Amino acid sequence: MPLFTALTLLLACEQGFVDPSREYGPTVADAPAKVSRVHVPTSLGVVDTPRRDIHGAPIGVSCATCHAGPGEDAIVVGDEGNPEQMHGTIELLHGGLACDACHEPTDRRLLHLADGAKIEMAEAMKLCAQCHGPQARDYQKGAHGGMTGYWDLRQGERVRNHCVECHTPHSPKPPQVQPAPRAVDRVVFPASETH
Amino acid sequence: MEDTSRRTTLKALGATLGAAAFARAMAPLAAWPEDLSIDELLQRHYKELSRDDMVRVLRRLEQETLDQYGAVVTIDDVRPIPEVQFGYALNLSVCVGCRKCAEACHIENNHDRATNQSYIRVLEIKNGSVDLAMGTVDYDHAVPKKGRSYMPVQCHQCDNAPCVSVCPIEATWKEPDGIVVVDYNWCIGCRYCEAACPYHARRFNWHKPEISAEEINPDQAYLSNRVRPQGVMEKCTFCLHRTRKGRLPACLEACPTGARVFGNMLDPNSEIRWVLENKRTFVLKEDLGTRPRFFYFFDK
Repeated sequence: MPLFTALTLLLACEQGFVDPSREYGPTVADAPAKVSRVHVPTSLGVVDTPRRDIHGAPIGVSCATCHAGPGEDAIVVGDEGNPEQMHGTIELLHGGLACDACHEPTDRRLLHLADGAKIEMAEAMKLCAQCHGPQARDYQKGAHGGMTGYWDLRQGERVRNHCVECHTPHSPKPPQVQPAPRAVDRVVFPASETH
Repeated sequence: MEDTSRRTTLKALGATLGAAAFARAMAPLAAWPEDLSIDELLQRHYKELSRDDMVRVLRRLEQETLDQYGAVVTIDDVRPIPEVQFGYALNLSVCVGCRKCAEACHIENNHDRATNQSYIRVLEIKNGSVDLAMGTVDYDHAVPKKGRSYMPVQCHQCDNAPCVSVCPIEATWKEPDGIVVVDYNWCIGCRYCEAACPYHARRFNWHKPEISAEEINPDQAYLSNRVRPQGVMEKCTFCLHRTRKGRLPACLEACPTGARVFGNMLDPNSEIRWVLENKRTFVLKEDLGTRPRFFYFFDK
């Protein structure tokens, strides 16, 4: 009987054992911070044409294909007299803005800021930020806009979405979408439906 | 003759009762589930496993996944990062209710395919109301619908978690980085925690999860997304198999509106800290005193 008691006590003691070496994972070295970079989408500086590829997506043409350089008439290909041909797919629903509010009239490959300074298409976010200050601030602080990668920049880099990946600049309000399928559990289908 | 008869009778009676009681006590052995190994039966609580024990358990679970699902997976015991306290915030001003987060959770966490289960439930509520009881989760129309707003609900990783305190066997507990976890091999499936959670964040595996080998996410952890056995509870772990390696949770990466903000609340320069310090945030059912680590906020 004393042996049994001793064994029970021994087991009881061991029950509370926690391996302290398993409490935490390895400490992360204070490595040089990785970058949080903005993804530059290929849709920038590309206009959708009415033509579609085999997946049904519109075929895009770079602005520079027709607007070769500085000068309002620097058009090398296409119907100079018929801009609708290329721009007809654009639905302009952006606060009543006209094309030239953002696009640089003297060089159609570029955009311009409010003070007239010319900027590359890739820098479009500077232009967006001029009107949408609160959103730009939230974006800088990481509270607006999707991202992928690492929350911990010590361990890996983060890729931020560009404004135009979610907001088509010509009609920025995102369209309605069909939601992903719902779960088929007892909460979704209450008893009144299943019995 | 009469004396011995009485004694023998009592002996026989005693022996019969003893044998019957013994047989009854051993009866559960007859109903031994086919997929329960001796190793699993004798496996100790997660916290009581030494490093060597843990490695053996992980290799056994990997082998079981291969045997039962035909999938080659890696199951790790991913432990918390020192000096990290996780926090999560969700911007209700921009959520459109597209359920992409729930879909990503379904895929990332190896949920049962037949029920399309997920740790996230997106509530559709009337604008201007946070009346959860009037919310619906079974909408199927294009979103966002006019006059409706959307509120994804998942585990809030409460600091004062009712689900943890009701567990009769300590199969669920709060980790040092704030994540509430379940030892699926210790859980007895009593569902007390499911009843205790005011956010309805816990799920029960009514069936053995069905999922094809090619759809199984092979990047798994013991406390998070490994395929759960039948009859145990499961819950959101903030994707600890990702987040404890520095990565963002799957639901955040999937969100097309950027409504989700995740990070280390101890880091004063983190995004989550900026939201908590500068936005109008609230927690769900604050009056219950659960102290969630999941916050909702508005842009304006």
